[in-house]
Amino acid sequence: MMKILVCITHVPDTTSKINFTNNNTKFDTSGVQFIIGPYDDYALARAIELKESSGATVTVLNVGLADTEPTLRKALAIGADDAVRVNAEPVDSLFVATQIADHAKTNGYDLILMGRESIDYNSGVVHAIVGEMLGLPSVSPVMKLELDGKHAKIAREIEGGKENLEIDLPFVAGCQEPIAEWKIANMRGIMSARTKPLKVVEPKSVESGVVLTKFELPPPKGAVKMIPADKVGELVNLLKNEAHVL
Amino acid sequence: MAILVFVESAEGKIKKTSLEALSYAQQMGSGPVTAIALGEVDIAELESLGKFGAGKVLHAADKKLNDGIIQAYTSVLAKAMQDENADILILANSSLGTPVAARVATKIGASLASNVVSLPDTSSGFTVKKSIYTGKAFAFVDLKNQKKVLALRKNAAVTKDAGSNVAVTPYPITLTDSDFVTQIISSEKATGEILLPEANIVVSGGRGMKGPENWGMLEDLAKVLHAATGCSKPVSDMGWRPHHEHVGQTGVKVAPQLYIAVGISGAIQHLAGVNSSKYIVVINKDPEAPFFKSADYGIVGDAFEIIPKLTEAIKAAK
Ligand SMILES: Cc1cc2nc3c(=O)[nH]c(=O)nc-3n(C[C@H](O)[C@H](O)[C@H](O)COP(=O)(O)OP(=O)(O)OC[C@H]3O[C@@H](n4cnc5c(N)ncnc54)[C@H](O)[C@@H]3O)c2cc1C
Ligand SMILES: Nc1ncnc2c1ncn2[C@@H]1O[C@H](COP(=O)(O)O)[C@@H](O)[C@H]1O
Repeated sequence: MMKILVCITHVPDTTSKINFTNNNTKFDTSGVQFIIGPYDDYALARAIELKESSGATVTVLNVGLADTEPTLRKALAIGADDAVRVNAEPVDSLFVATQIADHAKTNGYDLILMGRESIDYNSGVVHAIVGEMLGLPSVSPVMKLELDGKHAKIAREIEGGKENLEIDLPFVAGCQEPIAEWKIANMRGIMSARTKPLKVVEPKSVESGVVLTKFELPPPKGAVKMIPADKVGELVNLLKNEAHVL
Repeated sequence: MAILVFVESAEGKIKKTSLEALSYAQQMGSGPVTAIALGEVDIAELESLGKFGAGKVLHAADKKLNDGIIQAYTSVLAKAMQDENADILILANSSLGTPVAARVATKIGASLASNVVSLPDTSSGFTVKKSIYTGKAFAFVDLKNQKKVLALRKNAAVTKDAGSNVAVTPYPITLTDSDFVTQIISSEKATGEILLPEANIVVSGGRGMKGPENWGMLEDLAKVLHAATGCSKPVSDMGWRPHHEHVGQTGVKVAPQLYIAVGISGAIQHLAGVNSSKYIVVINKDPEAPFFKSADYGIVGDAFEIIPKLTEAIKAAK
């Protein structure tokens, strides 16, 4: 049976206000709800569709500390068969990708699905790094993924349009809409998720070439200038002579 | 430290973001700057890269590289880094550039940063600022390795057309079948339009536009402004506009000089895609629309009356 790996992030809800503590060196988690990354959610949804249509096992993996386990359980409730948590702070893309590639090498997957990007670091690189490490092609952002045995037909979004690709398994894909509809866990899923296997493994050590030193928030926006609806010319004047954008 | 800059082209022209990457490399001032282009590109375009900071231009003109195959591009750029003795690779973030940056960095053991927004601080080490949390924050990262790969966000550097043309050096390559396991069968691309991620001005419409039949007035406005058109997520979900025009958290992140939002409420997920815009104009009939809080200029009123007048007023002012 086909084996699919889905890599998921544990990230602040898209409505979160972003703040930092400890002199701008630490993300402030107070009041923040954590979710499965929205793009990872598309990857997971497509994996489960493939499982339903052609038979597959779906493993979800996260590189993170113990606080990410509820997010992994949520993925199990949505329909993944088992979960793996690599027990480490995801310090940078190379570190995360090394852990994913290491797990994939020993477990041999036919398809590795990820999100097009994480919504905390937005790097959009982990799939490509994992692909390079495993000597596999990587495709992102994937809007359509159809499998016919080992052969895949893919639509990838490019600037101003899309590209239709063909490729054989195995490969790595970063997913986005409309690849599948987000799935919601039902009661049975939530119950069964409690007893599905969640394995914790220790990370491989990686020498990091990227060190995050500090965060910064953008400067606050100044007050909006309102222009009466019957004075459109005034807006044009401001755009031209104040903002200098026309 | 020698720098290699990968330049991309679209419809025969070098992309503006690639010119920014060249200017970025030149403004770093750390060493000689070599540009490299892959696939068939107009030679005059390549020669003109000298004006934007390239001391040397390499061209791997092989037809097989006309399609942006990520693995093939990775092989060529990794090899060019070695041949040119370059320590730093710079390119613009894009659907091709970003994965290529990631794979080259992995292949050559470089420190990698994407979404870089400004020139590096080299006063102690090599620190770059990158955009994170979908534009809601920035992070400063130290790149420790001798070799570095930087993928730049739009506006990371200001282009200067200063130097003079340079001669183009053919760059011979040998590719293997393993570089081409991914096959591009076809592509569907809007032609002659200003690409949303590259645009200096964006005119964007939301659910307040009521239906796809009303986009004509936004397109007219976009035309007089030489702007690209964008939209909110529900608009592309409903099929009023193509998916690649959808702006926001789960769509395109834009960074234009001017973003004009028409009939968009300003949900936080939409703002995530536009908060790097220099100026924002919001036109909405609801004075309480949250978007006004993030705007520089606002008009409360009916888009269907305001947009045609605005288009006329801009025409008149030009
Ligand atoms: C995980 C997640 C990710 C998301 N990602 C994105 C994303 O990337 N991009 C995105 O856009 N959204 C995204 N959304 C959806 C987002 O939350 C909002 O639902 C969406 O942005 C609303 O679109 P809208 O402003 O067009 O529509 P509405 O919120 O319905 O707003 C329509 C506006 O039009 C105004 N209006 C109506 N008639 C007129 C008129 N005649 N003249 C002028 N104004 C008029 C109304 O006052 C209103 O403010 C996401 C949501 C989630 C949960
Ligand atoms: N800590 C992590 N654990 C598991 N998967 C991850 C992690 N970080 C990133 N990924 C995967 O890599 C994709 C791209 O992430 P990024 O390169 O950070 O934008 C995400 O959408 C996830 O699928």
